[in-house]
Amino acid sequence: MILSFGQSILIIMVIAVITFALRAAPFILFSRSGKTPKVITYLGNVLPPAVMGMLILYCLRNVSVVDSPHGLPELIAVATVVALHLWRKNNLLSILGGTIFYMVLVQFVFI
Amino acid sequence: MKQAIKAAFPATIPVLLGYLSIGIAFGLLFEKAGYNFIWAFFMSFIIYAGAMQFIAVSFFYGGIGLVQIAIMTLVINFRHIFYGLSFLDKFNEMGIKKWYMAFALTDETYSLLCGMDPPEGIAKKKFFLSVAMLDQSYWVLGSVIGSLAGSLITFDTTGMDFAMTALFTVIFIDQWKSYSTHIPALTGLGCTLAALLIFGHGNLVIPSMCLIVLALMLGRKQIEKRIVEISEKEDMIP
Repeated sequence: MILSFGQSILIIMVIAVITFALRAAPFILFSRSGKTPKVITYLGNVLPPAVMGMLILYCLRNVSVVDSPHGLPELIAVATVVALHLWRKNNLLSILGGTIFYMVLVQFVFI
Repeated sequence: MKQAIKAAFPATIPVLLGYLSIGIAFGLLFEKAGYNFIWAFFMSFIIYAGAMQFIAVSFFYGGIGLVQIAIMTLVINFRHIFYGLSFLDKFNEMGIKKWYMAFALTDETYSLLCGMDPPEGIAKKKFFLSVAMLDQSYWVLGSVIGSLAGSLITFDTTGMDFAMTALFTVIFIDQWKSYSTHIPALTGLGCTLAALLIFGHGNLVIPSMCLIVLALMLGRKQIEKRIVEISEKEDMIP
């Protein structure tokens, strides 16, 4: 542990409080009025797929396409996850399969 | 309640598999940062946010201020603010338990609850609560197993954080299939790529989210038209 006990607890509490506040917000804001503004419903509807796309790229943000191996391990591994998931539609298989394959790629193939 | 848990279990098996594998990966990474299974248990118990906890591991190496952590949390988990909107009425019927349901509304629990009804003879409230509690128990269990295994096994974990990328890719594919229009998904990818090119990889999430919300608001008419058109077409299929 690099940080102290107190600092670590503080980090966890900050994340916990904000995460819960976000998840509880709709119930605090809209529970009484009964009517949710249409724009909120619309955003709630279309944001999830957009956010997932964002999160995929966020995970890959430090990959360099300029320097060797030009993001090839990531590209191959993501393609593997997509292929596995389209084939079997099994979360465990897609996630574990893709991850193990990626670990092999970065540890043994693209050194 | 016992009956409700039994009835809910089969529906939660995909999440069981997903959360165990991701939870184990998180536990291992957290253990590598110097935090044992008690920490993993505590964090998974009171935060309960898969992606966020993964990203949070890097906070424990120091050098990141609490304000920045707060902003990161706000931005990364901002999507959760919309999940509750689908369950305003349903959770409000659950009394005090609605606050646990709100707390437990992760990506996976949200998608499970969206697409299912309890079997006959099982009250919906108990069924929902069972699904939410089972899902969280898988997450807590996975992260504890991961951190325990981390202190026993000392293999090279390089590349294991790819599990997170894989998780998002899997959810992305599932959503791609279930949405009648792919514009939102493509907007997410496009805006993030644009933000990456303009603002660089150091501070990606906030500009990306701003661009995404802006683009979705500008394209609202087009996107809503497509959603309506396609749902009308689907209505015509007997």
